[in-house]
Amino acid sequence: MEWIMAIAVGALFMIGVYLILSRSMLRVILGTSLLTHGVHLLLLTMAGLKRGAAPILGSGGDSYADPLPQALILTSIVINFGITALYFVLAYRAYQTRGTDEIDGMDASGK
Amino acid sequence: MLHIAILIPFLWAALIPLMRVLPRIHPGWAVLPVPVALFAYFISRMPQISSGETLAVTIPWMPGLGIDLSLVLDGWSLLFALLITGIGAFVVWYSMFYMGKTSNSIHNFYIYLLMFMGAMLGVVLSDNMMVLYAFWELTSVASFLLIAFWYRRERSRYGALKSMLITVFGGLAMFAGFNLLYTMTGTYSIREVAAQAGGLTDHPLFLPAMILVLLGAFTKSAQFPFHIWLPDAMEAPTPVSAYLHSATMVKAGLYLVARMSPIFAGAAEWFWIVSLTGLITLFYGSFKAIRQTDLKALLAYSTISQLGLIMSLLGIGSAAAFYTDPAQVAFFGLATTAAVFHLINHAVFKGSLFMVVGIVDHETGTRDLRRLGGLMKLMPVTFVIALIGSFSMAGLPPFSGFLSKEMFFTAMVNIRSFDALHAGSWMLVLPIIAWMASVFTFVYSMILVFKTFGGKVKNDQLDKLPHEASIGLLAAPVLLVSLALIFAFIPDTLSYALIDSATAAIRGGGTTPESVHVSIYFWHGWTPELWMTIGVVLVGLLLYLTYTRFRVLDREWSGRDTLNRLYNGGLSLLENGGRRTTDLYMTGSVRHYLIYIFLFLIAALGGTLLLSPDITFGMEDYAPITFYEVVLVIVMLAASAAVPFARSRVNAILFTGAAGYMVTALFLIFRAPDLALTQMIVETVSVILFLLCFKFLPKLKWEKEKPTFKWTNLIVAGGVGVTMTLIALAAMGSSPFEPISNYFLNESYELAGGKNVVNVILVDFRGFDTLFEIMVLGVASLGIYGLIKLGVKTTP
Repeated sequence: MEWIMAIAVGALFMIGVYLILSRSMLRVILGTSLLTHGVHLLLLTMAGLKRGAAPILGSGGDSYADPLPQALILTSIVINFGITALYFVLAYRAYQTRGTDEIDGMDASGK
Repeated sequence: MLHIAILIPFLWAALIPLMRVLPRIHPGWAVLPVPVALFAYFISRMPQISSGETLAVTIPWMPGLGIDLSLVLDGWSLLFALLITGIGAFVVWYSMFYMGKTSNSIHNFYIYLLMFMGAMLGVVLSDNMMVLYAFWELTSVASFLLIAFWYRRERSRYGALKSMLITVFGGLAMFAGFNLLYTMTGTYSIREVAAQAGGLTDHPLFLPAMILVLLGAFTKSAQFPFHIWLPDAMEAPTPVSAYLHSATMVKAGLYLVARMSPIFAGAAEWFWIVSLTGLITLFYGSFKAIRQTDLKALLAYSTISQLGLIMSLLGIGSAAAFYTDPAQVAFFGLATTAAVFHLINHAVFKGSLFMVVGIVDHETGTRDLRRLGGLMKLMPVTFVIALIGSFSMAGLPPFSGFLSKEMFFTAMVNIRSFDALHAGSWMLVLPIIAWMASVFTFVYSMILVFKTFGGKVKNDQLDKLPHEASIGLLAAPVLLVSLALIFAFIPDTLSYALIDSATAAIRGGGTTPESVHVSIYFWHGWTPELWMTIGVVLVGLLLYLTYTRFRVLDREWSGRDTLNRLYNGGLSLLENGGRRTTDLYMTGSVRHYLIYIFLFLIAALGGTLLLSPDITFGMEDYAPITFYEVVLVIVMLAASAAVPFARSRVNAILFTGAAGYMVTALFLIFRAPDLALTQMIVETVSVILFLLCFKFLPKLKWEKEKPTFKWTNLIVAGGVGVTMTLIALAAMGSSPFEPISNYFLNESYELAGGKNVVNVILVDFRGFDTLFEIMVLGVASLGIYGLIKLGVKTTP
């Protein structure tokens, strides 16, 4: 299963990077979202998949999945949510002031 | 006391601005006591030094790095200290009458001058190379400030920048050379390095260190081809030219070469580089000096050529270290003595000549040779000073220049008979070059005196009717040229007092002043040197009377100033090249920068994967594959892949949301309930947020990009994807360590009393992460609030 996940992670990275390299700000933001999914799945996969029960003690079984990457991913999800929201509002404001959502040709004067 | 001597000028400089409260009094009066007192102190130490002792003081500065303020006063340092303070006193006196006291910047002038004096004393007294370097750069800075003293003139700024760039380049090279010496010996003390000198010659770093140190010396002492800054430094006020650019600072390079002689002398490369550079500089400078029309430029080139003469003598003197035969050692030692003697002479006559030029400039308002003439009757005292100074410079009896010129010829002529370094008949070139350079020297010395003071007065060309300068202006050059006469008639006294101990210090290796004593006197009999001097005078007179007919020598013939063009061209090439290079990759397009970043990521990570032999892609121990998961992964990838192709905003957002929900499902399957929960909520809120702002966003244009744009993106993205896949596989390959998670699983209930291990980690074991993650959310929400509420001008 892990190698399938590895390929999936690679594919997510690829699509994310492709979107990030485009001109429209909306696409860039969506690209960062997909990139984030790739990172989270990579974190999860690296600790090994399905090595026992969910890490809640007493939920049966004698072995549990690794709880540490899950804690890391949980932190990361929240942080990314904050960042995405900020990006999004930033894009909205940029569009309001500049009247376009093209990234290239942006400079400090906003022209 | 030595360290106090260095400190005094710096401290005094800090007090100079207080002179502003006394606007009636020229601040020069407050400065004058400093060099005079220091000169008196150094003179009082002379008997000790000339008997062969050295004074040493050490104050710890950075003991951990081996850098201490260790100051040593030996004959060579003493000679320089006397030059710096003595000529400094004359220059301060002269500047009081030369520089008007009306301008406010006169205080700055003396601050810079005192700073230079202290730094220069530091250079010649430091035994520690790092301290020497520090003072060395301080002299560069002070020189920069003084050249650009009239900073409103464009030429001043140009000259200051040029001297700064060249001397600091050399200074940094010297710094590197010192560090190489430290690597070889483990000490920064010049004396300790010299003590180990014998074993260094075969070291692989020996030659690089030598070349780097010489770069520092050659740039400071304006040796060919680094001499180009000196003529441009003539934009400085004349007292500065007299002090820095003739008597003291430009001799710092000579000081360094001689100071390093005990370390490097004995290597053939040292002998050749120093001697030949000196000779080339001597010849080139004297040749160029003839073609100058500006008096100060003529003196600048003359300084360059005289510095080259001293440098070549130091180079030949270094050959003494080759030999053991006392006759040969004594002979080559004579060159060192000649160098020391000529250094003193040059400081004396060149300082006075600059002052003379300053007086002429002051009285006539011009320094242009084509407008000057016939000042002999109007300014008799100045004329006599110029005459003595120039004749001493040309090496004519009965002035001290003649004595050192004779010794120079002796060294050059006799070097053939010793067949130094088996160069054979090539050695014949040296005396010929030296003789020709002396002819040119004679010619420009004559030009200096007789084009300025001889002939007719061109009143129509002068701004004011010239007359004799004031006593105050004349006092300093008069005293200086009298020294040129005095030294000529009592050379032996000077020898015993200064020259011998200085020579002994240069020779190093426990040489005593008595053993290097050379008697200096006028009449040697009918020696080849005397005939050479007679030849110089005859040919020189012939040339002086006819030089306007020689196209090569005539100043009307605009010779190609290749080196300056090279410098200017090189500088603009650097600037433009730098700008073009920057424009090449700093395009202002975010996409380009992202491409650089991703390409570097691919190269760095992919390269590491390729080059590391012990990275394995373990295939064992994989979880079994089930149908559900495969379907989920396929759907997730399909949804993601659809995003770039989405034609409308809604679709793009919804596809992204779909991919997010698939990730949620994957979290569920991989036994991560908390993650699934969070991911689902976050994804939902994100999609809602996206859709909320939806109506404000512009229409998503179907990107009608060029194929190259798309393919570039695709290739970069594909590279990143493949790299990450490989990294994921490699990371799962083999881990030599047990995961730490067993501890969390075992102790979660025992220590923290919680059964949900992920939550216990988040708030108990690793609570700090969570604290700052909360902060991130807070900051983000504040940022969003600010973005929306705080006004940016909106364009509808």
